[in-house]
Amino acid sequence: MSAVAITSMHAPSGAVPNLWTLSAEKLEAPSIEYGKLSPVLIVLGVAALGVLLEAFLPRKARYTAQVFVSALGLVAAFAAVIALAAGGAAGTKAQLVGVGALAVDGPTLFMQGVILLTGVVAVLVFAERKLEPAAHGSRVDSFAAQPASVPGGEGEKEATKAGWTTTEVFPLLLFAIGGMLLFPAANDLLLLFIALEVFSLPLYLLCALARRRRLLSQEAAVKYFLLGAFSSAFLLFGIALLYGYAGTVTYSGIARVVSGADATTDPVLAQTTGNDALLLIGGALVLMGLLFKVGAVPFHMWTPDVYQGAPTPVTGFMAAATKVAAFGALLRLLYVVLPGLAWDWRPVLWGVAIVTMVAGAIVAITQTDIKRLLAYSSIAHAGFLLAGVVALSEEGVSSVLFYLGAYSFVTLGAFAVVTLVRDAGGEATHLSKWAGLGRRSPLLAAVFALFLLAFAGIPLTSGFSGKFAVFKAAAESGAGALVVVGVASSAIAAFFYLRVIVLMFFSEPKADGPSVAVPSVLTSTAIAVGVAVTVVLGVAPQYFLDLAGSAGVFVR
Amino acid sequence: MSTFPLLTTTAVVPAVGAIATAATPAAKRTAAKWLALLFSLATLVLAAVVLARFDPGGGRYQLTESHSWIADFGVRYELGVDGIGAVLIALTALLVPFVIGAGWHDAEPAEGAQETGRRWRPTQGFFALILAVEAMVVISFAATDVFLFYLFFEAMLIPMYFLIGGFGDRAHAAGEDEGAKQRSYAAVKFLLYNLAGGLLMLAALIGLYVVSADQLGEGTFSLQQLTQARADGELTMATNTERLLFLGFFVAFAIKAPLWPLHTWLPNAMGEATAPVAVLITAVVDKVGTFAMLRFCLGLFPGASEWATPVVLVLALVSILYGALLAVGQRDIKRLIAYASISHFGFIILGVFAMTSQGQGGATLYMVFHGISTAALMLVAGFLISRRGSRLIADYGGVQKVAPVLAGTFLVGGLATLSLPGLAPFVSEFLVLVGTFSRYPAAGIVATAGIILAALYVLLLYQRTMTGPLVKAEVKAIPDLKVRELAVVAPLIALLIVLGVYPKPLTSVVNPAVEHSLSDVQKNDPRPDHPVAEHGGASTDKTDHRGGEHE
Repeated sequence: MSAVAITSMHAPSGAVPNLWTLSAEKLEAPSIEYGKLSPVLIVLGVAALGVLLEAFLPRKARYTAQVFVSALGLVAAFAAVIALAAGGAAGTKAQLVGVGALAVDGPTLFMQGVILLTGVVAVLVFAERKLEPAAHGSRVDSFAAQPASVPGGEGEKEATKAGWTTTEVFPLLLFAIGGMLLFPAANDLLLLFIALEVFSLPLYLLCALARRRRLLSQEAAVKYFLLGAFSSAFLLFGIALLYGYAGTVTYSGIARVVSGADATTDPVLAQTTGNDALLLIGGALVLMGLLFKVGAVPFHMWTPDVYQGAPTPVTGFMAAATKVAAFGALLRLLYVVLPGLAWDWRPVLWGVAIVTMVAGAIVAITQTDIKRLLAYSSIAHAGFLLAGVVALSEEGVSSVLFYLGAYSFVTLGAFAVVTLVRDAGGEATHLSKWAGLGRRSPLLAAVFALFLLAFAGIPLTSGFSGKFAVFKAAAESGAGALVVVGVASSAIAAFFYLRVIVLMFFSEPKADGPSVAVPSVLTSTAIAVGVAVTVVLGVAPQYFLDLAGSAGVFVR
Repeated sequence: MSTFPLLTTTAVVPAVGAIATAATPAAKRTAAKWLALLFSLATLVLAAVVLARFDPGGGRYQLTESHSWIADFGVRYELGVDGIGAVLIALTALLVPFVIGAGWHDAEPAEGAQETGRRWRPTQGFFALILAVEAMVVISFAATDVFLFYLFFEAMLIPMYFLIGGFGDRAHAAGEDEGAKQRSYAAVKFLLYNLAGGLLMLAALIGLYVVSADQLGEGTFSLQQLTQARADGELTMATNTERLLFLGFFVAFAIKAPLWPLHTWLPNAMGEATAPVAVLITAVVDKVGTFAMLRFCLGLFPGASEWATPVVLVLALVSILYGALLAVGQRDIKRLIAYASISHFGFIILGVFAMTSQGQGGATLYMVFHGISTAALMLVAGFLISRRGSRLIADYGGVQKVAPVLAGTFLVGGLATLSLPGLAPFVSEFLVLVGTFSRYPAAGIVATAGIILAALYVLLLYQRTMTGPLVKAEVKAIPDLKVRELAVVAPLIALLIVLGVYPKPLTSVVNPAVEHSLSDVQKNDPRPDHPVAEHGGASTDKTDHRGGEHE
């Protein structure tokens, strides 16, 4: 990993810049590498544009404009990522930008690419308008007609009658994506926190916007918000402690103090600098904040409720993209800031990984709601990913990157399928209603079965390639026990995935069972993308493994 | 022609057939059946070409193909057959057309009102799944890359799972709903057992990669490279590592095979599945387990195999006797055959781990002959069960008076199962016993008891169902075999007789491969007048012990 040339180094090493002590002439505008930041800038810019559209366009025109602009913006940002990667920013030209606050390197670009692609697919699912019955002549999507109105109240009725829709979801989605793009790139604890908030706040909102079962949705949002605020507080507190320890918030600065190469020159901090208690507690708190976002046990409590309550398109997006972003940040923190502390955090993460895999798999068995089931499955998958994280090798990073790419598309596809199975009350998420689905609509059930098999890690699906990559990296770093636990919990997990397949194919359909809505080309495309990625990454993963393999080096 | 990917084609043809069959429109059920049969026959032709082009005197692996696939994992697409693989591919390709023919009417959609979607095509699905299994089994028998083998070894579970859980006997003794429940239970049990074994193997596979990456500089799963490196001394495993890896592999194969005490899924699966699917399970898919023991366990972990031999032999003996005893006590025809199969798999594993050329050669022949004889017995049993709508032995009696041809074919299948001299299984069973006796006399003697029990369960089954007075009205109405059914059974019985009298074509193909696998574990046949020679030159007396010539 030391082979990376750091071409520019803007971070002030040593003295902590202090606004009060700086004289006016020393304040100069920092140089910003706009080109390297272009993916983030495009997405946030388009998000701002979306807000303007929302304010100035007539209600009729908003939907088309928003969908078009969002998709275009995300695709443009993805093109920017590709351009950067093609220009070598993922390899030899990796560098710190934005006065050292951001790192544009292989892992960053890979994860930004994955997040943007999931974003594009999410826009498609968000924009689906053929599933809900048309309300008074206008087609509506799965978001509340007027989120601010009281559920079941007069305002809601009027808004529904008027056929309103919440097109604000698109700018919100873009803001969240913008934050997620920053999160794995953050090379500075403050930026880490800001990025976390930038992507969390829109997500809290999005969770509350379900058209059906609004109370459940709002409850989910409040839970998510409260617990999220909690974890943010932990993170912030940890940042403060780490600052106290190192006298700087940049990753490289802290890493140098950890390794003993640097000592702070700030007299104010001289007493605390190098105090290991601060480092350990601070590091642990920051780690907790990130593990919360990842959904690792014991910080997973929010996952099932939020996944269940949130509108399904949002759940799908959240499950896929948040996991990518959070694991990106986690990897960078552990590999760049705290490698010197590996002896301290590795055993802890070992434990967390084992508990996460086992608990996620076992608790999932008893679930009766498909969305909760997928939530627990996502917890178990977080455990598998952690097994790759603790490998602490370049291969570990690559394997986690590959797994994230594979997993996010399976998740998106699976949740997109969930949006299609509906009865009179909206989506029929209770498992008993899925009985005999395979007889009613074999194609849909077969697609969902494919996603479930990929979750279970059956060979020739992307889930298997990912799992194998992660376990291989873990085994090579000497974590054989972790692999054995992982394999055992895979076996447990397979049971509940199979249960759903049994239900779909081997049970008699119920008379009052749900019907499968025929989606528009939007959702169909999203599902088709999921299927294609699942099969391609399962059968011919080499190109993508190479891609992830070449993106395994962090710039410091 | 030497570059023509014959093995890949042999696997691709049924795979294409599966897709084509599945894509046939819902109304064209009969066309789908013929299409499936056509593809399976084409596969049979290809498999015959494989067998014909295989040169017993040639290299160890022939018709090889090798392409890089997933370089990151050290995985290559490597195919190649030795004599054992070639014979088993031929067995697979041979049985599948019969399975399709026997299951001709097994997957008709139920008559009457149905609120199922227009895309629901059970018939097409049934035959497509059978062909998919065939394709995967062929790849498994041909794979010389351990990872490639594993992929298909695992992936094969999925179509099997749907075959067991999705299609059952029309009339279930316990009623329609209860039948569906038991069927889905059997399917889930099948899948969970095998998946658990497969995941253990996955852990061992990762371990193998780490070991090979450690010592060879680059991880590889290529069987040839691994055995070569092992022979050159470049790859040495610590004793404990080797044993753990061996266990990971062996347990997976022992579940598949199935070996006592990991066998409990088989009676459920075979009992609930339709007879053709049961044949597919026991005669085709399970052979992958015993085949893999021979190829991978012995080939990759010779030291650990030797270490485990005493335990494996005991388990195999328990399987033989336990399976046979339970078969005697069964009241359900299909479960009886399932337990009989467990007993037979005990013989196969006994032969494999006896580490003599007769034992292993006999075990390989056993795999083939057991496949054919069980297919004959089970398919006729399936015809019988579909006529009466019951699997219980007690519901029959005196069938030979109304359906003499059915009873006759049933008897021949049964006699083959109990290894009557003159029928093919006798040759293999005899070889296994001789091979076992020459190294482990006690084991050989105990195993012989299994033969006696086999006579008991087969003859009791025949006596209770076919002979006796004809009292039950339903039995009186049983018609004899139809032309289609006779066309399915007659060739199998002919094969049993021909191969029983003249097994030489098979033995000559199998024996060189057995010599190779014995040289993997560095074993020689014990000389008759010496105490057991434990270690010696690997290739001193290659010509002396051609297993097939003992009978």
